Amino acid sequence: MKLQELIKVLNAEIILENHGPDEDIPVGGAADLMSDVLAFGAAGMALLTGLTNPQVVRTAEMAGINVIVLVRDKKAPPETLELARELGVTLVRTGYTMYEACGRLFSAGLPGLGVVRIRNDSW
Amino acid sequence: MSVQTITKVQELMHTTRVEDVMATNVIIIEPSQTVADVKILMRDKHISGAPVMDKGKIVGMITMTDILRAMEEGRLHEPVSQSMTLRVKTVLKDSVVAEVANILGLKGSSRLPVVDRDGGLVGIVTTGTLTRYLLRQLDKSLQKNESEKLHTYRASHIFQDIISDDTSLVLRFVVDDKDFSNAGKASSLIKRALQRLVVNPQIVRRVAVAVYEAEMNLVIHTDVGGEILVDIRKDKLSVSAVDHGPGIEDLKQVLQPGFSTAPQWIRDMGFGAGMGLANIKRVSDMMKLISEPGGGTRLDMVFNLVSPD
Repeated sequence: MKLQELIKVLNAEIILENHGPDEDIPVGGAADLMSDVLAFGAAGMALLTGLTNPQVVRTAEMAGINVIVLVRDKKAPPETLELARELGVTLVRTGYTMYEACGRLFSAGLPGLGVVRIRNDSW
Repeated sequence: MSVQTITKVQELMHTTRVEDVMATNVIIIEPSQTVADVKILMRDKHISGAPVMDKGKIVGMITMTDILRAMEEGRLHEPVSQSMTLRVKTVLKDSVVAEVANILGLKGSSRLPVVDRDGGLVGIVTTGTLTRYLLRQLDKSLQKNESEKLHTYRASHIFQDIISDDTSLVLRFVVDDKDFSNAGKASSLIKRALQRLVVNPQIVRRVAVAVYEAEMNLVIHTDVGGEILVDIRKDKLSVSAVDHGPGIEDLKQVLQPGFSTAPQWIRDMGFGAGMGLANIKRVSDMMKLISEPGGGTRLDMVFNLVSPD
C-alpha cells in the first residue's frame, strides 16, 4: 500500500512529512509495547500506536520503521516531533481508535505479519 | 542520478508553497506613471515587469513587451494605464509551486503577483525566482547526500587503511540514568557508525535493537547510569553495557520473558514489559549477563559480521 492510500483509508492528517505520497508500505503493525515493536517490527512497517513519547520514534528508528500512525487524534509533544524531524520519520494522525484504524487498513489490503513467535525464548 | 533528481524536483514542486519561493520586495507601478519613467525604473532595478496598483488593488501588469509596443506606437509619454496588460492572473500564497509552474509555463505569463486570502499583494513569483529556489534546494539535498556518502567512504576503509595484526575500533558511550528523553542516543550513534562502516543492513538492525534494549535497561534500572562499549573488528562486533548500579538478585528470574521490575511510569511509556533481555538474546549471536547484588551488572553481546559458511 502506498502512503497516500493509507492516509486516505484512515482519513488521516500528516503531522510531519518525511516520505512522499508514493512511499511503499509493505506491512502494518500496531503496538503500545515498544519491546514488541523491537521484537516483531519489520523494516518499512507502518506502526500504529497510542503512545506519543519520543521513544516511539527511537524505537521506529531501531526497527527500520519509516511511518508512525498516532491513533485517536493524539497530539505528539514537541520533543517527539523534533526527534522525528531529525531522524526522518513520517508522523500521521488519525481520529480512529487503534482497533478501527487497524481494521480499516487490513480490509483495504495492508497485510500484517501473520503468526509471529519469539523463536528462542528459553535458555 | 538523473532519475533521483527528477523525483526530488517533483517532490519539491508538490511540497513547497509559493510564499517560500516568491520575492517579497515587489516594485509597484502607479497607473499615472509614464511609460518612459517605468522604462527607466525597470532598467535600473533589473526587472522585466511589475504590477500596476491603484489604491492597494492590482489593476494591471506592465512588462518589457508592453513597453516595446508602446514605444513603437508612440505612447512613450502617456500613462502606463494605456499600455499595461489588463487581465492579471494572481496566485494565493499558500498554493503549491506545481500550480504556479503550470501557469508560468503558459505563453506570456512569466510572472505572477502573489496574494493573501484577502487579495492583498504579498509578493511576486517569476520563472527566475522559481528556478533559483529549486536549484538551491537541489544543491542542498545533493550536498547532504554527498557528505553522507563521503563519511561512509572514509569510514568503510578503516580496516584496509590501518594495518595491524588485529585492528579493532572501540566506541564508548556514557548513558545517564532516568534521562528518558535522551535514551536511545547512543544506540542511534552506534547504528549510524555501523552504516558508515557498511555493515550488512540486517546485522545493523539486529545490533540496533539489542543495543537500544540494553541502553533502556541502563536508563530504567540503574540509579547511576552506565557505559556502552562497542568493539568493532573486521569479522566480529562485541557490545558491553556496564553499570555500577544495584546489581541483580536472581539472574534466572530476569531472564524469564515477561519478568519485569520496571516502575509504572516506565510501563506507561511502552517499556518494561520484561521482553528486553529476551529480545537481545534472540537477535545476538551470543549473550552473557554477569551481575551480583551491590556489584553492578555487565551485559555482553556478540554479533558475527561474517556468516560462518
